[in-house]
Amino acid sequence: MSQFYLTALQLSFCLGPMALGIYITMKVFNIPDITTDGSYTLGAVVTAVLLTNHWTALAALPVCMLAGAVAGICTGLIHTKLRIDALLAGILVMTGLYSVNLTILGRSNVPLINLQTLFNTISVFKTELYNQLFVALIIIILLIFLLRYLLLTDFGIAMRATGNNPVMTKSMGINNDMIKIIGLAIANALTSLSGFLVAQYQNFADINMGIGIVITGLGSVLIADALRIWLNITHIGLQILLVLAGSLLFQLVLAFTLAMGIDPNFLKGVTAIFVLLIVALPRVSQQLKGSFSNNNKI
Amino acid sequence: MISLQQISKIFNPGKVTEVIALKDISLQITRGEFVVIVGANGSGKTTLLNIIEGAQMPSTGRIEINGEDVTPLPEYKRSRWVARVFQNPNNGTAPELTILDNFRLASLRTQGKKLTIGINDAFKKKVREMISGLGMGLENKISQPMGNLSGGQRQALTLLMCVMDNTDILLLDEPTAALDPRSALVVMNLANKLNKDLNITTVLITHNLKDATQYGNRLIQLQEGKIARDLNTSDKGSLQLQEIYQWFE
Repeated sequence: MSQFYLTALQLSFCLGPMALGIYITMKVFNIPDITTDGSYTLGAVVTAVLLTNHWTALAALPVCMLAGAVAGICTGLIHTKLRIDALLAGILVMTGLYSVNLTILGRSNVPLINLQTLFNTISVFKTELYNQLFVALIIIILLIFLLRYLLLTDFGIAMRATGNNPVMTKSMGINNDMIKIIGLAIANALTSLSGFLVAQYQNFADINMGIGIVITGLGSVLIADALRIWLNITHIGLQILLVLAGSLLFQLVLAFTLAMGIDPNFLKGVTAIFVLLIVALPRVSQQLKGSFSNNNKI
Repeated sequence: MISLQQISKIFNPGKVTEVIALKDISLQITRGEFVVIVGANGSGKTTLLNIIEGAQMPSTGRIEINGEDVTPLPEYKRSRWVARVFQNPNNGTAPELTILDNFRLASLRTQGKKLTIGINDAFKKKVREMISGLGMGLENKISQPMGNLSGGQRQALTLLMCVMDNTDILLLDEPTAALDPRSALVVMNLANKLNKDLNITTVLITHNLKDATQYGNRLIQLQEGKIARDLNTSDKGSLQLQEIYQWFE
């Protein structure tokens, strides 16, 4: 496998937690959460500030995730307590986070070169990229086990039921508002974790690095969903793996696009078109099937 | 015991769309009673059930359950005492979750949902035993999503789920309205059995007047948000179906 595709693999591992966060909001809770763009940058910004202040990466990790969780709680409170649509609540928090991030970072871009990051603390392999992959893989494996465990617990069942049938859960003694807030906190903590990883992977944090990142996560979840329906998968652990596979597939498509020599300026456009294709293709194919069977009936 | 004291419910008060759904209703339901409520559309039946459940708050009045004032408590807090079977079978269960997941949630109605995995072999065995009593052959499908089941199957399982965890009050909101006659019979007989075996206070709303005479030991007619008739066991027992039809004329 060329370096190019290994880099895509590494990036998919780094963005995997964000995809899992979007899986929680979109598929578990049925909430379209746009806070992602802000909480991803927040994770990166907090990481940059803490690392430049000589914190270790491991010490910075819980702070980053906590910051993301607070962003998710803000969106959750606006959505549930003020009864504002989740989409608008997310947009409001995301917009506000831009100023928060800029204030924390102090300027628009902070380099992390020559700092001790998570990826250069372990040297199992001679190649730097392999070490980075190894570290990211450990984090991803841990996340898979933790998230799978969470979703299978009694609390996790309550989370899944709240997104699936909120009318039923209220009569089951579940405080839907509270559980949504907790879910948004977990999701945005995961998104922040992605910001934490990506900032260290690319060795800088930028105030604009989160713009449009939600589409990347959304694309991963949509790919996973299409595969889930196609393969008729109900197992929670496999669904989580599919989201990560979606993240990988998404990055590979982008890497392939770049390898074909397409101008990197068009990368966001390619991303948008790719997501559009994922959403539209199953619907178009369903419509075509419908019209075909109707024609047969006539 | 349920005690409703001077309950009124006004929707959109002060607006041109104002609707008075319930007018000064007072009602005492003793433990283990099976109350059947009938009434024309818009008579306030479902609003009354919603107010007992906590899905809607009364405009005025007070609700007590087992002597405790529950008037300000929202639905999820009243689930400590109250369980409900909805008219739409889709409302009572989470379709994407397995039968086991749904039953697990139901078994924790009055408890906290902890960060521990509660579905173990003992729980699976308990659910299988409960479900096998229905005679629907669902005990071997407990790992299937609830959404794969028919409306009748889901409604019967919802009823079982209602009694998984110390329920005092069972609210049945036209539970057979969307079911075929055979499934409806299964659900009604199960409701009757649960009421008798577990001594659960049961409130049934129905448009099926045959069910209204056949089940329960008390019959209430709601009319324009008020209790028009309240018949006890002996009065209800001598009632002919034709007489109830005349109430609606």
